[in-house]
Amino acid sequence: MADLVSHPDEVKAISWRWGKGAANIDRYLELDGYKAVQKAIQMGSEGIINEMKASNLRGRGGAGFPAGMKWSFVPKESAKPKYILCNGDESEPGTCKDRMIFEHDPHSVIEGVMIAGLAVGAKTGYIYLRGEYRYLSDIMMKAIKDAYARGFLGKNIFGTGHDFDVHWHGGAGAYEVGEESALMESLEGKRGVPRIRPPFPAVVGLWGGPTVINNAETLASVPHIFMMGGEKYAAIGTPKNGGTRLFGISGCVERPGVYELPMGYSLRKMIYEVAGGVWKGRKLKAVVPGGSSTPVLLPEEIDIGMDFDQCMKAGTMLGSAGVVVLDDTVCMVKFALRTMAFYRHESCGWCIPCREGTDWLKKTLVRFHAGGGIKKDIDNIQYLAENMLGRTFCPLGDAAAMPTIAFVKKFRKEFEDHLEGRPCPYEPQAALEQLPVIA
Amino acid sequence: MQFSSEFETRFTEMLTHYPTKRSVLVPTLLYVQDELGYLSDDAVNEIAQRLELSDLEVRNVISYYSMLRTKPAGKYNVQVCTNISCLVRGGEEILRHCKETLGVTQDKGVTPDGLFSVEEVECIGACCWAPAIQVNYDYHENLTMEKVDAVLESYRKREQQ
Repeated sequence: MADLVSHPDEVKAISWRWGKGAANIDRYLELDGYKAVQKAIQMGSEGIINEMKASNLRGRGGAGFPAGMKWSFVPKESAKPKYILCNGDESEPGTCKDRMIFEHDPHSVIEGVMIAGLAVGAKTGYIYLRGEYRYLSDIMMKAIKDAYARGFLGKNIFGTGHDFDVHWHGGAGAYEVGEESALMESLEGKRGVPRIRPPFPAVVGLWGGPTVINNAETLASVPHIFMMGGEKYAAIGTPKNGGTRLFGISGCVERPGVYELPMGYSLRKMIYEVAGGVWKGRKLKAVVPGGSSTPVLLPEEIDIGMDFDQCMKAGTMLGSAGVVVLDDTVCMVKFALRTMAFYRHESCGWCIPCREGTDWLKKTLVRFHAGGGIKKDIDNIQYLAENMLGRTFCPLGDAAAMPTIAFVKKFRKEFEDHLEGRPCPYEPQAALEQLPVIA
Repeated sequence: MQFSSEFETRFTEMLTHYPTKRSVLVPTLLYVQDELGYLSDDAVNEIAQRLELSDLEVRNVISYYSMLRTKPAGKYNVQVCTNISCLVRGGEEILRHCKETLGVTQDKGVTPDGLFSVEEVECIGACCWAPAIQVNYDYHENLTMEKVDAVLESYRKREQQ
């Protein structure tokens, strides 16, 4: 089990049951479990959606689309069954928050799926978990089984006449599957490649039926919103950014971990107070604020509040809220290369700008870092990334291009230093002798 | 082909969860791999028949997902994360150490006794507890070289018992 951390500035709306044995259904019930869904049943579809809109909850997967609005897009009448799909395939480097939810509070996800189902008139929900998280699948499967045994799932839930089923579904390793249309393809037993949109999943989704797809953190937030009230939840965060966020702080800090903080919390405070500052007394060099796809920030750019709008204004993104902190010993060319190696590996190959673009960027960065670069490469890297931006079938191409553009723009001197002090002036000789590690 | 009764129970139940048979394909392949160590030709054929798919359709899916393999790995597959959060906390050193300790030179290489294989993998979702490795499905986090040695030794001992 992953270690829990805490800090006085945390506002524990989602994580308050963590470490209290809430994976056990009896304990979950002691901790107000399954009360939110019963409350939601009383409110009816329109009441549920209005409460969600009042909460200002924006999708926690990265895009930040208002959840209540997303639910309202599902047509009321449908010839085909409607579905709820929980996206628990978190795979973005720097991101490990959903793992904590499934481990410590799996029933809150089930409850969130149920409430979403009641809102849109779906009778079936699927919880898709990444394949590597097998131990979480065991926890999740037991939670679902226990919920059925108590009559919370299945026919006539809580004696209200509503039927609702929830099933677990396991992946087998593919970052691309985190993209919602690729997730549906994967759940249908195919390669996880994206679908053409429109139509959007809310209208034509799983097996052609209207489907609501939400991130696990989004759905786990839902029961808490219904217990505390949408407006009260919204008041925790900033305007248009309701509630709290699970921030996974990793990299070169003294106290890495998953912390729940209000939306809009200062990035500087997050690094220097919550996470204990840069480790080993070193200096801050850069921060990747929201998972590997988000453009890097310099030390002088960290006086921002961490919400979707303030991050956007600062030229980056909140993304999955996976904050990766880098100290002054990290080679930024190497870091850019490792980032691109990931996107090259995970590109589904469906469209050429992404398949070829990530491959060329990775190859160029490997050669450049190893001392085989030429001056023109620096501009070429930027040019290639800029030409991928907005030209790929799904957001994976942008996820690869955006950070690369920022790496070159903000650390150009470090790229130039590699031409002077070949191969890499920032890494110890022992590490360089082993190059390239990334095949 | 014979699978365990646990597999058969799980497989039969999973089929009831979806409107199409094909939907169980990805988790089913992973369960088969867990039983056999890899997805053999016979296993591919068996799953294809059960789900009314062609072998090619099944192989098409296998080749997409990084956790699915058509060749045997070691009994204990040591998967070392070197992605960004692990990278800055020594993930590459952990990878080199695992390879040197086990005498594995190639990525996905297997030790001569078939006990271990070493694989460099993309982010395993252990960023806040980096550096980390996964041995089969077990997470080992906040690692040092000494901790890695102890982890590998624990699997060796498991075999001797």
